[in-house]
Amino acid sequence: MTLAPADAKQGPLVGLFVTCLVDLFRPSIGFAAIKLLEAGGARVEVPLIQTCCGQPAYNSGDRADAVLLARQVIDAFERFDYVVAPSGSCAGMLRLHYPELLAADPDYAKRAEALAARCYELTSFLVTVLRLTKVEASFPGDVTYHDSCSCLRELGVASAPRRLLASVDGLNLVELADREVCCGFGGMFSVKYPEISSAILEAKLRTILATGAKTVLAADLGCLMQIAGGLAREGSSVEARHVAEILSGMTEAPAIAAPLRTG
Amino acid sequence: MASFGKSFTSNARKALADSELQRALLNVKRGFIVKREMAVEKLPEFDQLRAEARAIKDHTLSHLDLYLEAYEERVVESGGKVHYASTAAEARDIVLALCRGEDAKRVTKGKSMVSEEIGLNAHLEKAGIEVVETDLGEYVVQIRGETPSHIIAPIVHLNKEAIEADFRRAHRKLPSTRKLKSVPDLVAEARAVLREKFVSADVGITGANLLIAETGSSVVLTNEGNGDLTATLPRVHIVIASIEKVVPTLEDASTILRLLARSATGQEMATYTTFFTGPRRDDDPDGPSAYHVVLLDNGRSEMLGSVFQDMLRCIRCGACLNHCPVYGAIGGHAYASVYPGPMGAVLTPALQGIEHARDLPNASSFCGRCEEVCPMSIPLPKMMRAWRERDFAKGGPPLRERIALKAWAYTAKRPRLYHALTALIMPLLAWRAGRRGRFARLPFGKSWTRTRDFPAPQGKTFHQLYAKEKRSAPS
Repeated sequence: MTLAPADAKQGPLVGLFVTCLVDLFRPSIGFAAIKLLEAGGARVEVPLIQTCCGQPAYNSGDRADAVLLARQVIDAFERFDYVVAPSGSCAGMLRLHYPELLAADPDYAKRAEALAARCYELTSFLVTVLRLTKVEASFPGDVTYHDSCSCLRELGVASAPRRLLASVDGLNLVELADREVCCGFGGMFSVKYPEISSAILEAKLRTILATGAKTVLAADLGCLMQIAGGLAREGSSVEARHVAEILSGMTEAPAIAAPLRTG
Repeated sequence: MASFGKSFTSNARKALADSELQRALLNVKRGFIVKREMAVEKLPEFDQLRAEARAIKDHTLSHLDLYLEAYEERVVESGGKVHYASTAAEARDIVLALCRGEDAKRVTKGKSMVSEEIGLNAHLEKAGIEVVETDLGEYVVQIRGETPSHIIAPIVHLNKEAIEADFRRAHRKLPSTRKLKSVPDLVAEARAVLREKFVSADVGITGANLLIAETGSSVVLTNEGNGDLTATLPRVHIVIASIEKVVPTLEDASTILRLLARSATGQEMATYTTFFTGPRRDDDPDGPSAYHVVLLDNGRSEMLGSVFQDMLRCIRCGACLNHCPVYGAIGGHAYASVYPGPMGAVLTPALQGIEHARDLPNASSFCGRCEEVCPMSIPLPKMMRAWRERDFAKGGPPLRERIALKAWAYTAKRPRLYHALTALIMPLLAWRAGRRGRFARLPFGKSWTRTRDFPAPQGKTFHQLYAKEKRSAPS
């Protein structure tokens, strides 16, 4: 079933799970993902029948809606060789939580398992499936990288983004202290318990600023909105971007929460 | 020092504003986390031990009745007595009756979270019995009229200056000019004060880290030796423990002990690990003349066979508290629960009902670090989510939250409607933000924008742009 791009005339067919945050707030990440996937030899399609993976419902205790959204995603994506999301959080939802959510569903249990096995976070897909080892991009200067909890602990993705970043011209990665600590986003947690979320963020901002890097990257837009929002509030000039933007060389758009450039 | 009530949200706010508490909480990050990591690194078979320990507990829990009976038989054989308490009130009454039977005036206590759970001290004191906590942290908590803020480090919320002030207030008979600045000064003073209590106590009460079915022993770990003095000097030793503490054999106990101190404090072993088996035998040089074990259920047997059964594997090491960003931000008291942090977020609703503790499992970013460091591999986030589901089903979340969620879900389940709506809203939002690229204030987003800016959307949605690109692409 799995098509290795090396020996297939046509690369594997990838369904891009855009994720709701990228769709609504930062489409440029979606286009960066497409560019990277195609550079790695994949054919990419974006089904229109996709909204959200259902995590807000799932983590709020609304299992019924989470189940319906999971089925919607499976219906739309099971025809692809792979499903790829530019987010560890959403990929983790499809990969780890759909099988659990639909385990007792006679129509969907097996399909959820099958989809889960073919679902990847973008950078790990590029490295482990498409065997992409370097990218054509340049981003001179120091950057730091925030590992999202879902990438790090749910999916075990830590080396893939670093490996790709190492191939970016001029880029120097300065690692964060306390890399494994949460940024405090946590989806709806960030607005249900804003004071706690912000206190956790505060510690993260201190470690980001301590690196002296001018740019902070991550593979999850949720974390990035939290971090960028915190940096902007304190007037920092450190920019937050999705790792795919750098890897694809698509950095024309202003950074997250940054003002539009004039002229 | 902030005072805490029942409301988690307002407690959290107070905790975040308490600079002394925030200073004390840095010790959790600097101390426990680093020490645990070093201890685990030095033990290559740590993960293997975890798997073994988990299997031991899973096996025991699936035959809990058998092992409890076997344990009781051995206790009786060694001359002790076992009392079953299905509720906290029953447990309190059993202990009080035992103390009254001995005409006890003074009771010393080793550290026991189960005694906190059942509210034992207040119950005994109301009956006119003096209760003395002998663990240094518990002793400080007691003279302050507080509760422990951490399951293994009761005063992790305090700095030593606060403890100095407490000692000067509580130990009035000692000269006011005495030196009391350093930790060794404080320890020496507590030791001198407590020594007198140890030798004059009528009853000693300890908890148990483990109960061993094979031998009828209870195992107590301390770093101060206070558990041993509490258990051996008074006439009567009462052990209070919850039913899930039992393991089949000594071998099983040693497997778990290899994980416990490493996970808790980064020590290879606690300074004192003592096995208590029955009262003093004829040829023993010392020991109590009577030995009682009070086994507490208090909702645990209902967790057996439920989605929450895995929680009963917990060995109370506190690693999940130490690594939890929420606990690290607000400390233990804000939870207003005997058991704080991730393990408390799962256990407390089981003991008190989710309607009395709904914030605990909800206040988590699901970062997953608790499960990662748990020596018993307890799926804490999964069980917190299970509580959220019960909470949601009971209408626990505020109406505003439920309406917003349902409205969002309604559209998310209808992709065409969703795309049509978002294609209108997002460009409008982007236009509203103008060139600033962010919002410092949002009419319906105050909970975000009070502390953070909210990044503005780029404009058109991905699906809008993608549809346009596909139409114009020469394919």
